[in-house]
Amino acid sequence: MARFLLKRILMLIPLMIGITLITFTVIHLAPGEPVEMQMAMNPKVGKEARERLTKFYGLDKPLHEQYLSWVGKLVRLDLGRSFSSDNRPVVDKIKERLPVTISLNVIALLLEFGLAIPIGILAATRRDTWLDKGITVFVFVGFAVPTFWLALLLMYFFGVRLNWLPISGLHTLGSDSWSSLRYLADMGKHLIMPVMVASFGSLAGLSRYMRSAMLNVISQDYITTARAKGLPERVVIYKHALRNALLPLITLLGFSIPGLIGGSVIFETIFAIPGMGQLFYQGAMSRDYPVVMGILVIGACLTLIGNLIADIGYALADPRIRHGEG
Amino acid sequence: MDFKHSYLNSVFWPRLKNNRLALGGGSVVLVLLVISLLAPLIAPYDPSAIDAWKVLSPPSWQHWFGTDELGRDVLSRVLFGARVSLKVGFVAVGIAVSIGTIIGLISGYYSGIVDAALMRVVDIMLCFPAFFLILAIITFLEPSIWYIMMVIGLTGWMGVARLVRAETLSIREMDYILAARCIGCSNSRIIFRHIFPNAVSPVLVSATLGIAGAILTESALSFLGIGVQPPTPSWGNILTSGKDYIEFAWWLSLFPGLAILITVLSYNLLGEGIRDALDPRVKR
Amino acid sequence: MMPSGVRCLLVALFFCSALAACSKSESISAHPAPSSSAIPATGDSLVEGTIGEASTLIPLLATDSSSHAVAGQIYNGLVKYDKNLNIVGDLAESFYISKDGLTITFHLHTGVKWHDGTPLTSRDVLYTYRVTIDPKTPTAYAEDFKQVKSIAAPDAHTIRVTYDAPFAPALASWGVSILPAHLLEGKDITRSPLARAPVGTGPYRFKEWVSSQKIVLEFNPDYFEGRPYIDRFIYRIIPDSSTMYMELKAGAIDLMNLSPVQYARQTSSENFTSRFNKYRYPSSTYLYMGYNLRHPLFGDKRIRQAMTAAINKDELIQGVLFGMGQKAHGPIVPGRWAYNPAVKDIAYNPKFASELLAQAGWKDKNSEGILIKDGKPFKFTILTNQGNQQRLMTAQIIQQRLRQVGIDVKIRIVEWAAFLKEFVNKGNFEVVLLAWSISQDPDMFDVWHSSKNKPGELNFIGYNNAEVDRLLIEGRNTFDIQKRTRAYFRIQEILADEQPYTFLYVPDALPVVSSRIRGVEPSPAGIGHNQNRWYVPKNEQVY
Repeated sequence: MARFLLKRILMLIPLMIGITLITFTVIHLAPGEPVEMQMAMNPKVGKEARERLTKFYGLDKPLHEQYLSWVGKLVRLDLGRSFSSDNRPVVDKIKERLPVTISLNVIALLLEFGLAIPIGILAATRRDTWLDKGITVFVFVGFAVPTFWLALLLMYFFGVRLNWLPISGLHTLGSDSWSSLRYLADMGKHLIMPVMVASFGSLAGLSRYMRSAMLNVISQDYITTARAKGLPERVVIYKHALRNALLPLITLLGFSIPGLIGGSVIFETIFAIPGMGQLFYQGAMSRDYPVVMGILVIGACLTLIGNLIADIGYALADPRIRHGEG
Repeated sequence: MDFKHSYLNSVFWPRLKNNRLALGGGSVVLVLLVISLLAPLIAPYDPSAIDAWKVLSPPSWQHWFGTDELGRDVLSRVLFGARVSLKVGFVAVGIAVSIGTIIGLISGYYSGIVDAALMRVVDIMLCFPAFFLILAIITFLEPSIWYIMMVIGLTGWMGVARLVRAETLSIREMDYILAARCIGCSNSRIIFRHIFPNAVSPVLVSATLGIAGAILTESALSFLGIGVQPPTPSWGNILTSGKDYIEFAWWLSLFPGLAILITVLSYNLLGEGIRDALDPRVKR
Repeated sequence: MMPSGVRCLLVALFFCSALAACSKSESISAHPAPSSSAIPATGDSLVEGTIGEASTLIPLLATDSSSHAVAGQIYNGLVKYDKNLNIVGDLAESFYISKDGLTITFHLHTGVKWHDGTPLTSRDVLYTYRVTIDPKTPTAYAEDFKQVKSIAAPDAHTIRVTYDAPFAPALASWGVSILPAHLLEGKDITRSPLARAPVGTGPYRFKEWVSSQKIVLEFNPDYFEGRPYIDRFIYRIIPDSSTMYMELKAGAIDLMNLSPVQYARQTSSENFTSRFNKYRYPSSTYLYMGYNLRHPLFGDKRIRQAMTAAINKDELIQGVLFGMGQKAHGPIVPGRWAYNPAVKDIAYNPKFASELLAQAGWKDKNSEGILIKDGKPFKFTILTNQGNQQRLMTAQIIQQRLRQVGIDVKIRIVEWAAFLKEFVNKGNFEVVLLAWSISQDPDMFDVWHSSKNKPGELNFIGYNNAEVDRLLIEGRNTFDIQKRTRAYFRIQEILADEQPYTFLYVPDALPVVSSRIRGVEPSPAGIGHNQNRWYVPKNEQVY
C-alpha cells in the first residue's frame, strides 16, 4: 500500500508540470503581451511600474525562462496581482471564492450520487420495462436542457410566481444578525435551486454508468451462481452485485470534479453566486491573465487531488490493488 | 471485415431495432439533418430580416413561432439555427474523434514509452475543467464559429483516445494482426488497415454523444455572449436573446430551448442505443 | 448602470449613475410618487441591483460606473449640481468667482468630518488636486485640473484657485470627490486599502464589501447636512440582467434601471405599478458610431456621410428603445442651451448613400452583393462592449441596413475593461458603437480636440479639424454665453457635415423605484439628486 501511494504521488509530478505547461500555452495564445495590455490601460503608469511588471512576468527573457520563473513563483503560491483596478493578489481572490464553489459542488455531488445510484440500480433491475425507459428519458432530459434556461424557468416559477425560494445570491439581506441555525437554513434555501440545477444536469452520466455497471455485474457468473444457490433476489442484487458495481464509481467521482467546476460558470453567473466560475469568467472576459492562469492551475490541481483521493479509495476498496504490486 | 459484417447483421441491427428509444432518437436525428439541409427552402422568411415595427409579436399565422426582439421570424431563425448548431456539433466532434482516434491507435499499438507519454497527456488534459479552457481560449482569440468548433474539438478528444487505445490493445494481440506483421506489413498499414476498422465502433458512441455535448457547449457559450455571433442564428444565441423576456415573450425561448432539448436528447438516446447494441457483454 | 462610455466616468462624479441627470428639458413623464402625508422616518434599507462589481472605491482611479455609483454616496465634492442643474456648494459653504473669472475662492463648511472623525480641511482639497495632476496617478480626470495656474489655502477652510485664462468648466470641475489627505498623503494611492474600505465625508459610510455579493453603506450620523433618512444603502451584485429583473419582481431589489422592453411591455400590470414607481426622462447620453479616422476606409467624408444616410435612426429608436428616445444629430443633446436646432442632419436615404459611395469609388458589387473597389470588398467590424443588450440590438439593425447598400459588417462584443485597454486605447478598431454621457457644461475639448488623441485619451477616433480645435478653445476660455453659443453652434455644424461619428440617439432613462421609498422627486437632474432625503414610512419598513 505504501509503495502504491508513493508511486501514485510521484506520478503527480509530471502531471503538474504538464498542467503548468498547458496553462502557460493558453495564456500565450493571446495576441500581444499581458504587460503591454496593462500598460495600455494605464498609459500614465510610469516607467518604473512598467519595469516592475515586466520583471514580475519576466517578459524580457526568452519563453522557457519566463515559464521557469513563473513556475518558480507558483510553487511559492505567488500567483501575482490581478490586472483589474483593485490590484489584489490573485491568491486572495481565489481564496475567498474557493469555499463557495467547493461546498456547492460537494453538496451537488452528494445529491447527484445519492440520486444516481438508486436510479441506476432501479433501471438495471427493471431493465427494458417502462420504468427503465422513463428513467432513461428523464435523466437525459436533465442532461439535454440548457442549464441557464432551466435555471431561469425555475427562478421564474419558484421565485417570482410562487415566491417560495429566494432567486439569487447566498444570503438574505440582514441574515448576518440572525441565529446561526436560521442563518444556515436561509443559506440552505438559497442553495436549493443552484444545487438542483447543478446536479440534474449530471444525473444522466452517473446513473447510466451505474445502470451499465450493474447490468455488467449481473451478467457475471458469480451472480448466476448466487442465484442458482437459491439466494433471494434482493440479497443477490444488494449484497453481491451492488458492491462490485459501486467500485468503479469511486474513480468516476474523481473525474467528475473538472466538469463540476467548469459547469459552475453558468449557474454561478445566473444565480449570482460568488464562486470560482464567476471569477474565472470575469477574469477571462477582461483578460485578467494572472487570475485566469491561477484558476486554471488551481482547478487542475484540485482535480489531481480528487483523482488521487479516488485512487486511494479505490485501492482501499479493491483487494486486487491493495495487495498487488500496484 | 467479414466478422464485422456478420456482427452488424446478426446482432447490431436487430438489437438497435428493438430499442424503441434509440430508434425514436435516430429518426429525430435524421429529420433534423434533413431540416437543416433544407432550411433555405422551407424557412418562410429571411432569418436576418429585421422589422423594428414588429418586435416580439406572439405566434400568429404569419409567424408561427412569433418574432424576436428585432422583429425577425423565430421559426426561420430556429430552422437556420439548426444548421449552425448541428455544424458546430459535427465539426467539433469530427476534430475530437480524429485526434482521439489517432492518439489512441498510436498509443495502443506501440505501447511502452510512447503509450505512457501519450496517456499522461490525456491525464493532464482531463485535469482541466474543459469549459474553462474553452472559455479562456475563445475570449483570448475571438468568438467565431470556427474557433468555437476547433476549441470544443481540441478539448474533447481524451475520452475517444482512451477508448480506442483500450480497443487497440486487445486487437493488437489477435492472430490476424500477428499474421499481418509476419507477412511484413508496415506499422501504419497495420494500424489503419487492420486495427482501425475494428476499433472504430466505440468511437461511434462517443461521437454521437459528443455532438449532443457540443451543441450544449455552444449554447452555454452563447449565454455568456461568446457563442456564435450575430446575425448568424444558432439555437444557443436565439435562446439567450429570449432569456430577458421569459415571462411574456415565452415563444422566443421556448422554441429554441425545445429544439436543443429534443436534439440533445435524441442524440443521447441514439448513442446509448448504439452502445447497448455494440456491447458484447450485455446478453440478451 | 453599465458603463456607457468613457466620458460618463467624467460626469458620473456628480450623480448616482443609475439615475443619471437628464437634460434641461422637463421630464417627459413620471409616474409621480404617491403623495403621502407620511412623515419622513429614519430606518430601513434601500437595495440597488448592479450588474458589474465596483472595482475601486477611490473614484479618482475608477473607470467604471459601478464604482462611481457607490463612491457617489461616500464622498462629496466642493460643489454639486442641484435638482435644477445649477451649480451649488457642497463641501463648500460658499464660493466666489472673481470679476475676471480667473480666480475662484471656496469657503469650506466648518465642522465637516471624515468618517473616521478627522476634520475636513483645505489640506484635503490641496491633496486631491495634487494627486490628480500627478503624472504617476493613473487617472482619466486630470485634464480640467491641468488648467489651474496656482492653488493656495490661505487658511484651513479656504481654497483659492487661479487660472491662466477664463476656463468655463472650472467651477464644475471642483465637483470631483475630495479625498482624505490624512490617509493618503505620501502613500501610493494605487495600493491604498481605501480602495476597498473608503473613508469619505458623504451621507453614507462604508460598512462592508463582500466580494461579488454586495457592498453595504450605512448612514453617517454626523453628516453635515443632517443624517440621511434611510439607514443603509446596499448594492447587490447580480451579473445577469434577467436575474436582476426577477429579483426586482420578487421584491428583493428596490431600485434598478429598466430596459425599454421592460418599461413598455412588462411593467404595466396593476401588481407591478402598485409596488413600484417607474420614471422616464431623457438621459444625458447619446449613442454614436465612431469611425477610426486613421483607417483608410473612413478617411473619406463621403463614406461617413453615406453610412449615416444608410442608417434609419427612427427604426433604431422604434426597435431598440420602443420609441423612448430621440434622434441625436450632434454631440449636444436637444434641450441644452448649446444645442443647435438649425443643424441639418443627413436623413435616411439608401439611394443617396449609394450615390455617395459610388462617388467615393465604391460602385461595383461582387456576387454576394458587397461593394468592391480595387478587388477589395467593403467590410469592417463594429466593436461594442459586452453586457448591453440595446447596444447589441442597435449594432444588428445597423448591420442589416448597411448590408442593404452593400457593406459587409461584422459585430464584435468585448468586455468593458478589455474593450478600453486593448481596442479603444490602442486605436485598434475600425468602428466603435459607444455612448458618451455628457456633462452639463458643453465643453467637449477632451473628445474632439486634435491634441487628445493619444492612447487612453478620449479623441480615440483621431478627429482633427483646425477650426474645431480653435472653436473648442474659444468655447471653454470665456464665460460669455453668447460667444460660447456661437462657438458650439458652429462646431455642431461642422460635425454634422463631417460626420466623424454617426450620431444615433438619446435614450430615455427608465429608473424604477420601490413604492415603499418616498421622497423621490423627479426633476431636470433625474431622481438621484436627493437620495439622502428619501425615506420609508415606519409602517412600511422591511429591513
